Amino acid sequence: MRKRDLVIIGGGSAGMAAAIEAKKNGIDDILILEKDSVLGGILNQCIHNGFGLTEFKEELTGPEYLSRFAEQVKELGIEYKLDSLVLSITRDKLVTYSNAVDGVVTLEAKAIIFATGCYERSPGAIQLSGDRVSGIITAGTAQKYLNIHGYLAGKRIVILGSGDIGLIMARRMTLEGAKVLCVSELMPYSNGLNRNIAQCLNDYNIPLYLSRSVLRVEGKGRVEKVVLAAVDDKMKFIPGTEMEFECDTLLLSVGLIPYVSLLDNIDVKMSSTRGAMVNDQLETEVPGIFACGNCLHVHDVVDFVTDEGRDAGRSAARYILGEVKKTIKIKVNPGNGIGYVIPQYIETDLNHDITFKFRVRKPIKDVFVNFESNGEVFHKVIKPVLIPSEMVMIKVSKDKLANIKGEEISLYLEERK
Amino acid sequence: MYDVIIIGAGVTGAMIARKLARFNLSIALLEKENDVGNITSNANSAIIHSGYDPVPGTLKAKLNVLGNSMFDQIADELDVHFKRIGSMTIATSDEQLETLKELKKRSELNGVPTELLSKEQALELEPNLTSDTKGALLAPTAGIIDPFNLVVHAVENAVDNGVKLFLDQAVVDIEYQNSVFSVKTTKDTYQGKVVINAAGLHSDEIAKMIEPIDWSLTPRKGEYFVLDHYKLGLVNHTIFPLPSAKGKGVLVSLTSSNNYIVGPSSEPIQDKDDASTDAPTLAEIRRQATELVPSIPFNQVIRVFSGVRPTPSTHDFIIGFAKSNEHFINVAGIESPGLVSSPAIAEYVVDNFVSKLFNLEEKKDFNPRVRRYHRLNELSEEDRNALIKQNPEYGKIICSCEKVSLGEIKDLLARSVPPTTVKGVKRRCRAGFGKCQGGFCSPMVTMLLAEHFHVSPTAIKWDKDDSEILVEEVKVL
Repeated sequence: MRKRDLVIIGGGSAGMAAAIEAKKNGIDDILILEKDSVLGGILNQCIHNGFGLTEFKEELTGPEYLSRFAEQVKELGIEYKLDSLVLSITRDKLVTYSNAVDGVVTLEAKAIIFATGCYERSPGAIQLSGDRVSGIITAGTAQKYLNIHGYLAGKRIVILGSGDIGLIMARRMTLEGAKVLCVSELMPYSNGLNRNIAQCLNDYNIPLYLSRSVLRVEGKGRVEKVVLAAVDDKMKFIPGTEMEFECDTLLLSVGLIPYVSLLDNIDVKMSSTRGAMVNDQLETEVPGIFACGNCLHVHDVVDFVTDEGRDAGRSAARYILGEVKKTIKIKVNPGNGIGYVIPQYIETDLNHDITFKFRVRKPIKDVFVNFESNGEVFHKVIKPVLIPSEMVMIKVSKDKLANIKGEEISLYLEERK
Repeated sequence: MYDVIIIGAGVTGAMIARKLARFNLSIALLEKENDVGNITSNANSAIIHSGYDPVPGTLKAKLNVLGNSMFDQIADELDVHFKRIGSMTIATSDEQLETLKELKKRSELNGVPTELLSKEQALELEPNLTSDTKGALLAPTAGIIDPFNLVVHAVENAVDNGVKLFLDQAVVDIEYQNSVFSVKTTKDTYQGKVVINAAGLHSDEIAKMIEPIDWSLTPRKGEYFVLDHYKLGLVNHTIFPLPSAKGKGVLVSLTSSNNYIVGPSSEPIQDKDDASTDAPTLAEIRRQATELVPSIPFNQVIRVFSGVRPTPSTHDFIIGFAKSNEHFINVAGIESPGLVSSPAIAEYVVDNFVSKLFNLEEKKDFNPRVRRYHRLNELSEEDRNALIKQNPEYGKIICSCEKVSLGEIKDLLARSVPPTTVKGVKRRCRAGFGKCQGGFCSPMVTMLLAEHFHVSPTAIKWDKDDSEILVEEVKVL
């Protein structure tokens, strides 16, 4: 059986960044396995701009952004295989993939990095009510049809969910001549970035209805009507608040979920993000299997994905070179107001700075983010505004971490009086 | 002129067509949809019932039990996933325990092996059952099947043996003159000596084209949840509550594709085409299902759907000659247990009715098997590689959730009952059946179909008429 030092599953932004960083950290035997016929993953279909503000201090399109990394992958001579889907992995780090050239091949890896991205929550997963007809489509799928294949998936459109892809597609489809009637959001706040609400909805006079969802879809072969209704604070529909829209399409942008069935199949411990639980090295509970990017938790912008990919690449390199020693096990718990926090464990030591990434459960103003161990707050940060659609990153220095006592810490929000 | 015209290519029509294909007859199979098995046969529990609960002496009881016994051979010949996982009917009160004993007696009258289990025995087989379980009736012969390919492969086998299939045309009128039927469809007229009405939900309308009828059909809708593959062992058998006047109740079962299915509801409806789902009904299914299996992970739901079945006023299958015409055979009211009964229904129809009208002789060259399907996912690495060597398209995966290869989809397109829609591909090979529900692979499948049929992608449908997926090509510079 062919052996490899590092196998990276997924050649999108996370996978490419991880590969480049691992190479720079002394690993030469790297293989990227990409299921698509080009590197870059989902960025290939994101032809709008706004990528790279943090990474390059420039506004790039998705293809421009990805090509800068794809070029580096090629320049560094990192091996990659396209049209190659990983069929299974084992806890012993055997990776089996399939493509048309090699057939089905099993490799033995010293380390594996998961960079498999995410998928869109489907109409079935949200148990959409009404007729099951054509014209109900997720925003990313409509984006692929439009930007890759050149076909428009609808002309009169209602969008459910204010996730960023839905907002981007509202503008994109409007520019192609479609009429976007409204965006309906179940929650009392938007799930997209503020800049996308401004640039994709407000600039085109597309209304955003909050606390409203689809009561039912009607149609014979294709969507003919979508009925929205307001929901109360328990998410129950309020009778008498129905709004009817004659349309041919219901576009869904109702959430992204880490795409990690391969990890699920080997019973790796999962977190509430539906990605794997990881330690401060982005390593899952299986030593040598790492995860980064949207398959770990869904990010707001690709720049952060790239950054996390680099962290995973560096960690995997250190693991392969035998430089990592696990000396402690501290559990990181999300407390009051916090949806999830990454990493879930600190396992190496407390002699390095650690960046904690988390999301709040609901919009909140003027709070302290407290880091507590053994009943004592060892780090405290003031935040004027926190919203669920923006991931928060707080770097805690090793000096502060030195105050941790016991085997658990927690992060929680405290309102400022 | 055909010897026999079969109206309806659901599981009933498909099995009859396949059965008749062994004889020296010319046969036309007419279907109003653009694919076979696309209505009631497409949306049901997919259970091969043991036959313990139909009222003894009814056609339902007789044909269910006989049909069940035929499935090992059918699944083998037609290359369809089928597993006898057994069913367990659960009693959760002392009163229900008494009813269970009655059901045990009924199963004996029907000739179905069953076994009464104590609470301890039941929980040992099914650890996730409610702790309120008082006992269970185990029926080991019950099974689960892939209902989509059962019909597709049965029709394919019939067509490979000479049956002519005509899709996408509804029967609008039937005339009978000089011992010849003229069956007029939305596209053409077909002449035949004998007509078999297997039109499912519409078999009442077809029957009325010949004579007034003294029976009726009520469309009854059942809604379901489908869960992702999740983990094996949530339930190992098909779990039923006690049957009631409304039917077999909300079941929880493994499926032949290692998903889980939960449902159905049972509501009489007006519109035969109403396959909608609604939140209150699904909530009630969920409530009932969790009474039996409290730990069902509903966050693993990947799809909800509904199916409509024709409930006959007679409370039994309606099979026989029209009163005024001994060349017109009704096969109507085939609700549950229709799927399991279908091969027995076909045998019953041929032995008791068709054989009275023709001198049936078996063809020497009848081949009961479909051409082998390659399901890459189920092959060893070695076999897989042998196949990829012959045809590299078996190495390229299109559906990353269900791991379906390009080669498998192209093989479907080269068969005698090929899919023409995205749903047709999905039903046959499971591309689009997984976690992402086709989010990733449906554009590739759409483009593949357009290329294969030499049409614009805007002509490719998701399912029925007017279900095109794309509305226009964007401006080309």
